[in-house]
Amino acid sequence: MLWVLIALVPGSVTMIWQFGYGVLFNIIICVSTAIMAEALMLACRGRPIIPTLMDFSALVTGLLLALALPTIAPWWIPFIGAIIAIIITKHLYGGLGYNPFNPAMIAFAVLIVSFPKSMTVWVLPASLIPDGLSIADVVSLVFSPISDNTPLQSLLDGITAATPLDQMKTQLNLNLTVQEVQANHVFGSLAGEGWQWVAIAYFIGGITLLAKRVISWQIPLGVLLGLFACSMLTYLLEPSSAPSPLFHLLSGGAMLGAFFIATDPVTASTTVKGRFIFGLLIGLLTYIIRTWGGYPEGIAFAVILMNMAVPLIDQYTQPRVYGQK
Amino acid sequence: MKLWSFKGGLPALAEHKNDSSPVAIETAPVPSTLVYPLRQHIGNPAKPLVAVGEHVLRGQKIAEADGFVSAPIHASSSGVISDISEQLFPHPSGLSCQSISIKTDGLDQEVEAHSHADFRQLSILELVNIVHDAGIVGLGGAAFPSYIKIDNHSHDWNIHTLILNGAECEPYISCDNSLLMERAQCVTEGIEILLHMLGAKKAILAIEDHAELTFAHLTKTLSDHNNEAIQVVQIPTIYPTGGEKQLIQTLTGREVPSGKIPANIGIVCINVGTVYAIQQAVVKGKVLTSRVVTVTGDGVSTPKNLEARIGTPISQLIDVCHGYTQQAERLIAGGPMMGFALSSDEIPLIKASNCVLVASKEEVVTHKQAMPCIRCGECASVCPVSLLPQQLYWHSRSDQLDKAASFNLLDCIECGSCDIACPSHIPLVQHFRYAKSMLKAQQHEKQQSDTARIRFEAREARIARDKAERAEKSRKKKAALKSKPVKDDVDTTVAKTTIPSSET
Repeated sequence: MLWVLIALVPGSVTMIWQFGYGVLFNIIICVSTAIMAEALMLACRGRPIIPTLMDFSALVTGLLLALALPTIAPWWIPFIGAIIAIIITKHLYGGLGYNPFNPAMIAFAVLIVSFPKSMTVWVLPASLIPDGLSIADVVSLVFSPISDNTPLQSLLDGITAATPLDQMKTQLNLNLTVQEVQANHVFGSLAGEGWQWVAIAYFIGGITLLAKRVISWQIPLGVLLGLFACSMLTYLLEPSSAPSPLFHLLSGGAMLGAFFIATDPVTASTTVKGRFIFGLLIGLLTYIIRTWGGYPEGIAFAVILMNMAVPLIDQYTQPRVYGQK
Repeated sequence: MKLWSFKGGLPALAEHKNDSSPVAIETAPVPSTLVYPLRQHIGNPAKPLVAVGEHVLRGQKIAEADGFVSAPIHASSSGVISDISEQLFPHPSGLSCQSISIKTDGLDQEVEAHSHADFRQLSILELVNIVHDAGIVGLGGAAFPSYIKIDNHSHDWNIHTLILNGAECEPYISCDNSLLMERAQCVTEGIEILLHMLGAKKAILAIEDHAELTFAHLTKTLSDHNNEAIQVVQIPTIYPTGGEKQLIQTLTGREVPSGKIPANIGIVCINVGTVYAIQQAVVKGKVLTSRVVTVTGDGVSTPKNLEARIGTPISQLIDVCHGYTQQAERLIAGGPMMGFALSSDEIPLIKASNCVLVASKEEVVTHKQAMPCIRCGECASVCPVSLLPQQLYWHSRSDQLDKAASFNLLDCIECGSCDIACPSHIPLVQHFRYAKSMLKAQQHEKQQSDTARIRFEAREARIARDKAERAEKSRKKKAALKSKPVKDDVDTTVAKTTIPSSET
């Protein structure tokens, strides 16, 4: 778990650097709430508190959720998310090792279904905000209640926009071509402006985990291959209405999901073959949700759906045992 | 020679081998009391042949084999039978079993040995009987009666390869290695006897590649011997390469089918210590009364390989090694991977004891607090038989025995690799042993209830048959009565006809 935290450093730092202090507040609130919720539940359940906290699993869950949340969010979003992740998704199912669903992704899904407005407010990358965003502005945006027609609301309107994935989806539906959509300033040379560097930083962290043998290659390769294959196919068939595979891989939560979320051993398939299938289907589902679903990003729902399929996958991908036919 | 590899395993586990092996095998003195648990082999316990107060000689049979899978036991020194009672014996259960005790007389008189200078003069059946009567069982730790494995006379196995297991893959244990260093001649002769008995074309003596000196020594011995059928092979040091199934896979690339034995695929695999015992029995007429055992660990002052009489209390072996050290924490029979803890050092050395490990606190493998399973799959990646220990653990813990069986629980060889690999320090094999014993108990119960049902049905059938027979008898009697004089007949008709009239 310690290595997972270390490997998340480049991605987290890049995200703060690209999107400002909102991300930092998300991280602080998520992680501290997650740790307190974990301690509370352990105390209620009569389990050892300090040794269990030292496995860093609550910290990782909190951090992963924070990195999946919008780049600026009112304080109660990360707070409620961390509570849902740790108390409901993890401890009510029996704690570490017993939760069938990925805690961070369930929390994300509950939040996006319950609070769609707050969950779709994404700050533009710092390079696209001419005057910049001061830490005082961020504090007031995170901690003050915002109502319509206030200066805060207009400040927020000035610095936020739909994510590149979101823009791509809504504008393709308006019969624009991919090239026309990408002319917008939120798109960078590879994918979304800002997003592309964050994705590359996650990729570097993920490769570190692979090199350190903390995770095995089957799941990340499966996810990325699933997403790549689908997007490549449609891209080759219709380059005007299907964004490139590179755009898919470097946008949204693809890299974070492939290396850090789908690889959670507790909720993933546990056989070698099963892990690859698990990853591949997450990639496929992500593509389907992104392209035809109701949400611009599909990683969270893809992971949750595949968590459900894990017992089935494990049952049918058992390796052949020595001496058995 | 081409080698294959088995899946998983733990590399470079050959530690602490030199603790005990650099010094020559030392002969342990005969203790004042020898104890023989009657249950020291796989199968039925032996049946005592002696009574308390009887005088016995070394090599005299004191208990005989009971049935097919069983082995006789011999006195390993002369003396008087002092006791036949329940005593603690080396077993994971920590239970006691019927044991014979001998008060030794210090004379160490032997029975007359029937030596055979040329084993080729003997028939296969005679050789099998010698091995059986010498009480030889697998000395690598399994203690399966050896005569069954090499009885090519009563089976139509087509044995093509004999594998000699000299791969002591557990850390610490070096008794087979020192035997190969010091008694290679005898072992080689033993291999020739087995080749002769089995009609196998080749024999492969496998040792691990860290034992360079032993390899050089064996190569030289074999070239002096000039027998081309015997080959010595170095195999990679990957635990558990000394497991029978893994060794066969490493050397031949073949797998023993589940539920079958190696002979079914034309292979017999025997531990080198057992081969030495067979050679001694055939050539010198010496039955199994002693063995080489490794006494080692941080808890013992001078680790050694000892040739000790079977039945010697372990405390005596520790004394020969200059006693316990301050660090002595736990007494283990066998190696650190597959061994089990002993509750007392008065427990005797038995045929299967290849190692006595006096472990220090640091050497006890599972002393850490077990944490929850996070399904990381490390256990599955080291499992040498490709099981999914994380799934087996889940089902064993929740007593879903059928489910555990469907994940091939019974194919687990209990090597302990998963215990070592588990980052949560879960004692997986303990759970599997428990589930296996529960499964066996369930099968036993089912068998018993089946027998009871068959008995009940048989009883019902018998009662029905008796009833039918009785009915038949009375019918015949009636028929016989009918054929008697007419007068009786008339009487009954009268009686019958009078009844309705009385009613009117």
